[in-house]
Amino acid sequence: MRLILFLTGLLAMIMAVTGPVRADEAELRAAIAKFAEATKFSETEAVIEEIAGLGDPAAATALNELSEGQVMVRESDGEVFVIRGKDDNVQLLDPLTLEVVGTATEDDLRKIKIKNSIRRMIADVVSGLTLRAKDPKIRMQAAETIFSRPDEDIIETLDAVIAEEQDDRVRQAFIDARAAAVLDSDMSEAEKLEAVDILETRGGRDVLPILTTVSNSDIATVAEAAKTAIASVEERLMFWAAGQNIWYGISLGSVLLLAAIGLAITFGVMGVINMAHGEMVMLGAYTTFVVQEVIRNSAPGMFDYSLAIALPLAFLVAGTAGFVLERGVIRFLYGRPLETLLATWGVSLILQQTVRTIFGPTNREVGNPSWMSGSFEVGEILITTNRLWIVVFSLVVFAILLIVLKRTRFGLQMRAVTQNRPMASSMGIATPWVDAFTFALGSGIAGIAGVALSQIDNVSPNLGQGYIIDSFMVVVFGGVGNLWGTLVGALTLGVANKFLEPYAGAVLAKIFILVFIILFIQKRPRGLFALKGRSVET
Amino acid sequence: MITGFLFRALDKKAIWVALALLAVAVLVPLSNAMLPINHPLHVPTHIMALFGKYLCYAMLALALDLVWGYCGILSLGHGAFFALGGYAMGMYLMRQIGTRGVYGHPILPDFMVFLNWKELPWFWFGFDMFWFAMLMVLFVPGLLAFVFGWFAFRSRVNGVYLSIITQAMTYALLLAFFRNEMGFGGNNGLTDFKDILGYSVQAQETRAALFAATAIGLAIAFVLCSGIVNSRYGKVLVSVRDAESRTRFIGYRVEHIKLFAFVVSAMIAGIAGALYVPQVGIINPGEFAPANSIEVVIWTAVGGRGTLIGPIIGAVAVNFGKSYFTAAFPEFWLFALGALFVATTLFLPKGIVGLFNEGWTRLRSGREADRAEETLQPGTEAAE
Repeated sequence: MRLILFLTGLLAMIMAVTGPVRADEAELRAAIAKFAEATKFSETEAVIEEIAGLGDPAAATALNELSEGQVMVRESDGEVFVIRGKDDNVQLLDPLTLEVVGTATEDDLRKIKIKNSIRRMIADVVSGLTLRAKDPKIRMQAAETIFSRPDEDIIETLDAVIAEEQDDRVRQAFIDARAAAVLDSDMSEAEKLEAVDILETRGGRDVLPILTTVSNSDIATVAEAAKTAIASVEERLMFWAAGQNIWYGISLGSVLLLAAIGLAITFGVMGVINMAHGEMVMLGAYTTFVVQEVIRNSAPGMFDYSLAIALPLAFLVAGTAGFVLERGVIRFLYGRPLETLLATWGVSLILQQTVRTIFGPTNREVGNPSWMSGSFEVGEILITTNRLWIVVFSLVVFAILLIVLKRTRFGLQMRAVTQNRPMASSMGIATPWVDAFTFALGSGIAGIAGVALSQIDNVSPNLGQGYIIDSFMVVVFGGVGNLWGTLVGALTLGVANKFLEPYAGAVLAKIFILVFIILFIQKRPRGLFALKGRSVET
Repeated sequence: MITGFLFRALDKKAIWVALALLAVAVLVPLSNAMLPINHPLHVPTHIMALFGKYLCYAMLALALDLVWGYCGILSLGHGAFFALGGYAMGMYLMRQIGTRGVYGHPILPDFMVFLNWKELPWFWFGFDMFWFAMLMVLFVPGLLAFVFGWFAFRSRVNGVYLSIITQAMTYALLLAFFRNEMGFGGNNGLTDFKDILGYSVQAQETRAALFAATAIGLAIAFVLCSGIVNSRYGKVLVSVRDAESRTRFIGYRVEHIKLFAFVVSAMIAGIAGALYVPQVGIINPGEFAPANSIEVVIWTAVGGRGTLIGPIIGAVAVNFGKSYFTAAFPEFWLFALGALFVATTLFLPKGIVGLFNEGWTRLRSGREADRAEETLQPGTEAAE
């Protein structure tokens, strides 16, 4: 019975969303009005059959209320209502919309009598109505509901709809639901064995409880088949769980990559640890916020393009900040990396406080454009669209950066300075400007990372702080001055973190990773992909 | 040998600093206890407590200076040693609460009762004894520094790499101590202390005694560091800072030299933490935050690294400024601190003491002063 209630609720919900899809409301109302004349059980049954014949899912509400004994007839004019409350204070509800249309006392009303056989009939009719709904989504959901709460009574209805169903996916869902219902019934051994087979093919976490119940059944062959099925389903689940973990890991890795890639450039070329790097990310995120605010206030229709507008702006804002930082502070500190570290830390504090003063200390809301929200499933792997975009985005940024480094004149100069500064200088490269623009580039990349991270993280003045240590770890692990090292480092750490999490918990996993990196640096002080040559031997 | 060590330790200005600290240790508590409240020289209890805290920070900065200023190891994780010492002391203080806790359990601290633990974890045993806790104050930070330094120095991790992994170390400890399962009170840490050595931690006399202990402890640490840097070993330490490879080629085991300084420094930091906890009445994982450790670096830099008096001046000055700013202009403290970082590194590489020394050398003339400066200040290569 709860299943029916659930189905009805579901139906009502879908109706609310999709709007009326009913054939003819007047016809249905006329049919329901006939309850007023039905004084015998057989007459009531006839009316229910007539309603079922209309095939309108909207009838489910009224039928369900009837089954609960909540449908009454007003004696004075013979109108039919769903009622709430009792005695002198009864509310009258419209049988289709459940809106309150009046009040009455119980004395004015006559209850439409029902019995158990009618309740069963109603159950069949209601599930038949949902299972035959026009919208395949509703049918699909109805099938899934039955699957999660199998009910023996529904098998016949299912048999009927399986025969009628045109949509392959929906039919498969019906067959699965029927199998679940069969296993819940006392049908024959052969039927049950077949059902176990169907469920095994279906797989997924939700077949496990059904199969577990079956594996305790009295029929030895069925129980045995269920046990084998459980093993096979679990094996597949393990496989999918590993896949899901890899996806989460890649997703985390792409975030790390975005945050670390700018750092890899500045550290790689100049040997400068920029502690204000996280704040460049934060500046990018706040740029996104400002862009979205402007769009909200002036051109709400443009909201879906907000990120595209924010990207170049964030690059400019953070890049300019980086340029100023390099020209104003860092260039006086070359050759003194530890002092640079301290000075940039100071700059990071100043930037944080500036943003806090302007925008306030609380989180600011940055919205997801419509094309970035939602999710889909590949097998058993759940993929959210925004994460997918961030993975794609980080790889695109990586590729662009690689091209800039390998194919442009500026990239050539940058690499020359990285490998041998005095020689590059004597070949006529203006190393101070290469430094300044490299730093601006690294900071700008951090800025566009901020645009991406604003989609999945809280935009607050502390945004950058959360990433700075992780970014260091990635760069140091991957090896300085090597973009591929950063890519491999970020993805490895991301995946390793997510694989440890189920066993150790999120915090412990992170600690393990940190300890691992500390040990790793002892073994390979220059990271995975160490740059070979004189430049690294300081 | 010990006489020689002390003799060298107390040469030059060091003896005056040590005497001044001892004088503070005696006079401030005396003034607090003896003088009437409205007397102009009376030190109110809250000021004494505040400066007691500053002196603990000064000790931590001194510890950092021993490795950074004299050995070129920029540790961004010294807060971890400080906090570990603090936790060891905190555990002793927790065990002293006895049945006076909220749940009144005779052995288990409140948070364990709250977490439904049935018995004391093994690592809490012995902490009801003061001497054992004090031993752990030295031993735990020392051991961590030894293990960490052993691996790091042996594989020649240095420069910014070392700084980053020390930061990772304190960050890992921060995350670990936040966990309730660790058995150190999780998020809330250890607090609600009652007694230390049988005296109430709230009592004015105890506070005065703690202040005196901190000042004396700082004086001892100062003399110890002074002795170290003025010994033959100290000379090698400075040469490791200025030219590590050359020192190694001459035949010194650089990693051993660094390791010794690192472990001693960690122990001093541990003691500072142990003195800090009863005075502020709480120790929680926040002390492990990487930002705290970096702040210690700035105290040292502001005061003047490579001098022993510098970090003490820097720690007290910066923290005094912090107390003032956070009360008067809370908005501006981070601006001020950030600007301090930038300005110190750009304009004051030798800190306040360096500035003072420069002024001093300008007053006096000639080569003698130049030489004095050379020996006092780290060279520019020091950072590499």
